[in-house]
Amino acid sequence: MSAPVLHLDGVTRIHGEGDTEVHALRCVSFRAHAGELVAVMGPSGSGKSTLLTLAGGLDQPTRGTVRIEGEDVGALGNAGRARMRRTSVGYVFQAFNLIPALTAVENVALPRELDGEKSRAARRLAMAALEEVGIVDLADRFPDTMSGGQQQRVAIARAVVGERRLILADEPTGALDTDTGEEILRLLRARCDAGAAGVLVTHEARHAAWADRVVFLRDGVVVDESGADPVDDLLAPEVAR
Amino acid sequence: MSIRQAMLALLEDGPMYGYQLRAEFEQRTGSTWPLNVGQVYTTLSRLERDGLVEQVDGEGADHAADEGGHVIYRVTQAGRVEVSEWFTTPVPRTQPPRDELAIKLALAVTVSGVDVGTLIQRQRSATMAALQDYTRLKRSGRAAQPDQPEDLAWSLVLDALVFDAEAEIRWLDHCEARLRRAAVDGSGVRRGTAAPDVAAGSTTTPTTTPGSAR
Ligand SMILES: Nc1ncnc2c1ncn2[C@@H]1O[C@H](COP(=O)(O)OP(=O)(O)OP(=O)(O)O)[C@@H](O)[C@H]1O
Ligand SMILES: [Mg+2]
Repeated sequence: MSAPVLHLDGVTRIHGEGDTEVHALRCVSFRAHAGELVAVMGPSGSGKSTLLTLAGGLDQPTRGTVRIEGEDVGALGNAGRARMRRTSVGYVFQAFNLIPALTAVENVALPRELDGEKSRAARRLAMAALEEVGIVDLADRFPDTMSGGQQQRVAIARAVVGERRLILADEPTGALDTDTGEEILRLLRARCDAGAAGVLVTHEARHAAWADRVVFLRDGVVVDESGADPVDDLLAPEVAR
Repeated sequence: MSIRQAMLALLEDGPMYGYQLRAEFEQRTGSTWPLNVGQVYTTLSRLERDGLVEQVDGEGADHAADEGGHVIYRVTQAGRVEVSEWFTTPVPRTQPPRDELAIKLALAVTVSGVDVGTLIQRQRSATMAALQDYTRLKRSGRAAQPDQPEDLAWSLVLDALVFDAEAEIRWLDHCEARLRRAAVDGSGVRRGTAAPDVAAGSTTTPTTTPGSAR
């Protein structure tokens, strides 16, 4: 099997020290391969967002290593990590983090422009991404004139714009109704089927079910995993059809 | 399950023989509730006895015929009345169907020596795996883009399975949170048996809690 796009090896993240020390993750190992969508579930405070920020190079582990396409993210330095986030890693934050002074399409185009793409080309890619999330008609609106669900879709478009090898999404369906939520899952799924690796943090079992694997976190520990092998022979004849 | 009513309802659309009835049923429900042909014929002969269906071409046909015989049935007037009553009466909720998981958990939290945390996690994983399967079937295969009414029916049955599995996982999350809180408060349930100690230490698999070893 090829090397994973994302590989966390023995990762521990401790916030604070002494009395206020919080073990957000304890010796977690985690992989996501090309073409694979992995869901992460767990109660509030179990370390899901921590895992994702470490995977995206937004935070550094206390112990252990994070590798993206074989590269040690800790050894990259700030500039290297920033480049990686502009080019190969798409990130949807739990809070959408849109820039209020930019329109929807400018928000989506930003990572491409920062990476040196001509603004015409960046805009074209951004429009395509907005089209994919179904809000191309809102391209020239500012975030504060959009509903929560619409802002969320802009954030998702920004995460998938261009060629991302790794897509990290923290509760991307939070502010969406069930139909729109399903559309987003379809989009993530399609990106992974096309070869990206995806990690999806969610509270919703029906959304996690789109993943190839579901990883369960409790108090910073991976307690279980539900695999990709179909287990339900009750449905076997239908699969064979 | 109401095989009886389902058979009658299918016969309302036109006379059929046993194999056809089974095929039509599975067309709409996948093989979620598999029917064997024996069951279909037993049901048909009971329906016939009760005057709800009749054989279209009775002469010479063997009553117990299967493959070759092809005894064709049609619904009677009394049968139509029964179908119509079935469709106009809600499925009763007064007697909830027996729920093995709820019963298992009710016993697990009260009987000593059961690692409830592991029980919950194993169930959650298993139910999640089933949910992943249903979701796969929903996004590929004939339920994904239903163009026949039977495919739409099957896709709705899949939705029912999805909602059921989802509800079960939510309930398990809820049970785990409540049991953890009860363990912290030291109230409600007996200590040492009910605390779902799934996160003890930094193990990667659920471990047995020390207090619940026997
Ligand atoms: N910067 C920080 N300083 C101190 N503690 C932190 C910090 N960030 C996270 N934590 C703690 O780490 C633990 C894990 O937090 P994390 O945000 O990863 O949880 P989560 O699983 O994403 O929860 P939620 O479902 O509520 O988003 C929590 O106990 C949290 O309080
Ligand atoms: Mg979080």
